[in-house]
Amino acid sequence: MAKFDRTIGTLRFTEATDLSIPTLSILDSEGKLRKDAQAPAIDKETALKIYRDMTYIRVLDERMLAAQRQGRLSFYLTCTGEEAAVVGSIAGFADRDMVMAQYREQAALRYRGFTSEQFMNQMLSNDLDLGKGRQMPVHYGSRELNYMTISSTLATQIPQAAGYAYGQKLSGNDACTVCYFGDGAASEGDFHAGLNMAAVLNCPVVFVVRNNGYAISTPISEQFAGDGIAPRGVGYGIKTIRVDGNDILAVYAASVAARKLAIDGSAPVMIETMSYRLGAHSTSDDPTSYRNAEEEQLWAEKDPISRMRKWLLGKGWWSDQQEHQLKDNYKKEILDALKSQEKRPTPSLNDLISDVYQTPPQHLQQQYAELQQHIDKYPDHYLANPAKANGTYLSASVQLP
Amino acid sequence: MAQINLLQAVNSALDTAMDTDDRVICLGEDIGKFGGVFRATSDLQDKYGKARCFNTPITEQGIVGFSIGLAAQGSVAVAEIQFADYIFPAFDQIVNEAAKFRYRSGDQFNCGGLTIRAPYGGGISGGLYHSQSPEAHFCHTPGLKVVIPSTAYQAKGLLLAAIRDPDPVIFFEPKAIYRAEVGEVPETDYVLPLGVAEVVTQGSDITLVGWGAQMHQLHRASNMAAKDGISCEVIDLRTLLPWDVDTVAQSVGKTGRLIISHEAPRTGGFAGEVSATIQERCFLSLEAPIMRITGMDTPFPLVFEKEYMPDYLKVYEAIKASVNF
Repeated sequence: MAKFDRTIGTLRFTEATDLSIPTLSILDSEGKLRKDAQAPAIDKETALKIYRDMTYIRVLDERMLAAQRQGRLSFYLTCTGEEAAVVGSIAGFADRDMVMAQYREQAALRYRGFTSEQFMNQMLSNDLDLGKGRQMPVHYGSRELNYMTISSTLATQIPQAAGYAYGQKLSGNDACTVCYFGDGAASEGDFHAGLNMAAVLNCPVVFVVRNNGYAISTPISEQFAGDGIAPRGVGYGIKTIRVDGNDILAVYAASVAARKLAIDGSAPVMIETMSYRLGAHSTSDDPTSYRNAEEEQLWAEKDPISRMRKWLLGKGWWSDQQEHQLKDNYKKEILDALKSQEKRPTPSLNDLISDVYQTPPQHLQQQYAELQQHIDKYPDHYLANPAKANGTYLSASVQLP
Repeated sequence: MAQINLLQAVNSALDTAMDTDDRVICLGEDIGKFGGVFRATSDLQDKYGKARCFNTPITEQGIVGFSIGLAAQGSVAVAEIQFADYIFPAFDQIVNEAAKFRYRSGDQFNCGGLTIRAPYGGGISGGLYHSQSPEAHFCHTPGLKVVIPSTAYQAKGLLLAAIRDPDPVIFFEPKAIYRAEVGEVPETDYVLPLGVAEVVTQGSDITLVGWGAQMHQLHRASNMAAKDGISCEVIDLRTLLPWDVDTVAQSVGKTGRLIISHEAPRTGGFAGEVSATIQERCFLSLEAPIMRITGMDTPFPLVFEKEYMPDYLKVYEAIKASVNF
């Protein structure tokens, strides 16, 4: 029997359109408050941190894209166009909250304090990479910053986030988990499993769905037939809100409220951020073959960073001079970090077998010894850093789904 | 005959299959207008329409389950899993459903029209999740066939055979040599038999067995050994399940030595199966222990990919060790 039982005598099917979920919008395209909108409480310091980190990520993405084209790293993936969706959401959480992201949320990691050197160490697979040179660029992770290491596999973090949040609730440490994923990942079985378990087991987890229009080449019209992802949250019994993902105040307001609901109410919450992937899926992708320039231009005009800048300028919290200085500083900081960190050596060869288990078992130690003997015979052939070799072997191209 | 690469040969096989049989349907992530992330399905949607070549939502278990249903209904489903590393959400559908569909129903129902294509293997700086060789997982599943081509000619002939085979087939494509592997491929329709290995190079001193991209390493090692006066017989298994025991046993009966090589980790890898079977069949002919040159028992690495890989130098050293045993 359904939970909210209601009997009627007329035959009628409920349609997708019966559940119409509105989109929260607070700032208009000119960065002004909408007449009927209520702005969230946000202090100048927080607002400027959000703005700086959005700008930082835009600059980082531009610089790394260029560096990839120069063959200085094997692969890259931008979050251009979705900066407000990511920074606006993470800003609503506490640093002790766990982040379980997909792979396009580098801006959340920056907000937590990841440094330019740390970004570079991961992308360049050098000896200071926290992941020990084991994953492709952009698969960051930081125990210190409560940012779970990224996996390429889609949606696997969703049920994990429910479990992590359940554990947080039991340990009573007044923390929750924020779980990011995209509109494509929401088609995976793990999405449905994760949402249902989170709801049934009352887990303090906030799901942030970045609906950015495309999963590689597949438009949302071929990804789902319903009204976006939000109604699915409602279907699983989860409090759900849809926001304009390019409106920093709408994203921030929803996130602050969602965290409170999750922790105070011991329950999952879902936020669907409506935005657009302005860049390619990754450096392996060319969107010109599946979408048109007019559509891209339309969304470029809705740029979330310039919308926030207009709002900040209107409040007198920001100036054009500060803007130029900020960008120049970030460009220099990022290029300096790239230059210094790419000179660093690779991790130790022993990292090939460490961490497979807590302690390498005997058979693995033996394989390692055999490898070392083999390398000794051909010392010139091995131990060059492939991350700097433009990521191609023969002529296949790498693609992150 | 046209010189085309392995990827174009896959495309040609799909084109031929769709052209010769209206029941053939291609489905998978980004395979429609875009033609797949590697372009294996280029132009097929334009040619055969959206109903027969289409994008699916991102759900591997959905893609395979849907394809099993299609096949059970009488269609011929050719499903693409974007990377073999992402086949695992579909593991239940493949192992518990596709593999047992005919058996559990007493042959009232079958999904023999199902073929699952997936690019596999390392060599492209893909790290943990764009490099794996998961063939052994599926070779442990009765009811499936597992096929891996190493050349453009094989790719077309074997894929057409897989699509037309009466049983479900997993067809792993060596993505590292998608474009580098070029050869003469007939534009006409042809099939190569499943379950039959190919003796690529005749030799007398030692037998080298492999499949897919690893064949390149075996050929290179064989050429190095030839300069030392060692004659290698190189066998491409082509089909792993069911595999051609007779061809390998016959070869080892002649050479007395065997090396099996694959990129996947050693423990539980398919080389173990080949080694055990040949030891049973050829015990009295063996002059040296059968050797396995494989990936290490670690997740697939990134920065130490080259060190992890069972490359031609490791195979060459093994050849010398075996001959000098």
